[in-house]
Amino acid sequence: MASKNYLTGLFGASPVAPLQSHMKIVDECVSKLIDLFENMAAGNVVEVEKVYQQIAVLEQQADDKKHTLREQLPTGLFMPIERQDLLDALRTQDLLANRARDIAGIVVGRKLQFPEQAAQRVIELVKATVETCHQALRVVNELDELVETGFRGHAVHVVEAMLAELDDLESETDRIQVSLREDLFAVEKDLYAVDVIFMYQVIGSIAKIADDAERVGRRFQLMLAK
Amino acid sequence: MDYGTTYLVLAIVFGLFMAWGIGANDVANAMATSVGSKAITIKQAVIIAAIFEFAGAILAGGQVTSTIRKGIIDVSDLGASPEVLIFGMLAALLAAGTWLLIASFKGWPVSTTHSIVGSIVGFAIVGIGMDAVYWGKLGTIVMSWVTSPLLAGVISYMLFRSIQRLILDTEKPLDNARKYVPYYVFLVGFVLALVTIMKGLKHVGLDLSTGESVSAALVCGVLTTLLGKYLVSRVKFDPNADRDFHYANVEKTFGALMVLTACAMAFAHGSNDVANAIGPLAAINSIVSTGELSQKSPLPLWILFVGGVGIVLGLAMYGRKVIETVGSKITELTPSRGFCCTLSAASTVVLASGMGLPISTTHTMVGAVLGVGMARGISSLDMGVVRGIFMSWIITLPIGGVLAITFFFILKTTFG
Repeated sequence: MASKNYLTGLFGASPVAPLQSHMKIVDECVSKLIDLFENMAAGNVVEVEKVYQQIAVLEQQADDKKHTLREQLPTGLFMPIERQDLLDALRTQDLLANRARDIAGIVVGRKLQFPEQAAQRVIELVKATVETCHQALRVVNELDELVETGFRGHAVHVVEAMLAELDDLESETDRIQVSLREDLFAVEKDLYAVDVIFMYQVIGSIAKIADDAERVGRRFQLMLAK
Repeated sequence: MDYGTTYLVLAIVFGLFMAWGIGANDVANAMATSVGSKAITIKQAVIIAAIFEFAGAILAGGQVTSTIRKGIIDVSDLGASPEVLIFGMLAALLAAGTWLLIASFKGWPVSTTHSIVGSIVGFAIVGIGMDAVYWGKLGTIVMSWVTSPLLAGVISYMLFRSIQRLILDTEKPLDNARKYVPYYVFLVGFVLALVTIMKGLKHVGLDLSTGESVSAALVCGVLTTLLGKYLVSRVKFDPNADRDFHYANVEKTFGALMVLTACAMAFAHGSNDVANAIGPLAAINSIVSTGELSQKSPLPLWILFVGGVGIVLGLAMYGRKVIETVGSKITELTPSRGFCCTLSAASTVVLASGMGLPISTTHTMVGAVLGVGMARGISSLDMGVVRGIFMSWIITLPIGGVLAITFFFILKTTFG
């Protein structure tokens, strides 16, 4: 008798879990950068290439996930989060993976070797950046709890504390970046100029990942404020 | 009355079929929020629905039934030709049944109640005359279709906000859940008991004063609360469950009490929707048994019984499957949300039943869900359904009416 039911139609698919799993993939993708730079410092060209492939695969997965989530968010949805905030958060998350792939691409394509003093510092910068990514993932993972409490009360305080930590982590990457640029500056005149240009570009891109991870968090702050 | 028995048998068959349809289809909407939040199993839902739909129909279904039977149209002008009303009511049942069949096939948010009211009004305008419709009363009924989802929405919004304040947003949500949740079901026990005692027990031959009724309802409320406390105390909490999602055990607490709200919802649904099937039957029965248009005769209990049996049959034969399907698609609703929705929808519907207002249980439920959504409690709601409901408000009355007129003339030429 009944072939369709409208009460079920009332409930749209929740964007929360897909957003979280997207961020999880992104975080995994960015984390691979540590592997990449460590292998590069050790001179394992084969390994570097392998990690690059892994990063590319993860970036593709994140991209697919982004498209599916966008498709399930028609305009008629009524959500506790502004649709715009959600889409922005998604775009920023996706950007993290894109940047990771670009960095890996440059490193592999140009067989980039940082000079000795800088090589350790780059790994330090990558690790700190990955930390901000982890923290952003932690914030995104709180979204289901925020929905549960209706964006009020205790869960909000928890997330606000997490956001403060995210800010600190990002400042840390800024600090490392400054020292790294100094290290590089000290030796750059002895290096091949084109490589140096790319080194600065890679440093800038890594720092942007940390910035964007912080922006993911900031989107959440906006969601909380409404 | 040449075909008296034929008419009555037809009316019983149509009425049973309509009740069967309500049991098969509508009950799912009343139970789905409980099943969807996994607070109760399908089997439990079917058992609860069978018992409480039946109880609701018999104990509190009388008011709405008499509204459908004699509250919408004035038949005193018919005088010597009571057959007209018989044809009309049969036509109304057929029309509403047909329209619902089409609507549920297409997935349109059409309500049983709206269809039957539209059908009765349609036949009355053509078969008796414009003056035969109590337009004022009809206005009240139509207004209640808008106000009942609104009221349920407001109640569920406030319920959810209070649950946020007292439980979810606190440092120790689990402790607070165990402390406060049982008190929420007081409302269930009180409202249900009050309506049943004040409006329903007359049929069973018990008549209490208002004061007595209120105190009895209070006692019922307290008993429900105690039962709630017992249910919560039985819940086994698993500290590990809270590792990923800090509210897993809080949700469990709400889940334990959804057995009670599911009972309330089934009761409410039975009390309001049974009338759609048996209101026309009651009207036909009173003409056939007395041979005249007596509007005074009381509603015999067996008619409510027919309605109750029809609903339970529909539920047993087909409803289980629908509950399963609908429930499996409402997984986004957690027990705390389902609890708010069911509680407010059940209270609203029972209140309407007590006032004799035939309303749509499903639309009321939709209103309740939106109320929680407004409090930022549900991750995504498709507002297209709400638009559909507005449309159905507008088109169901005329379509039910036209269909009823068609069936009315077919029946009239066949028998008359």
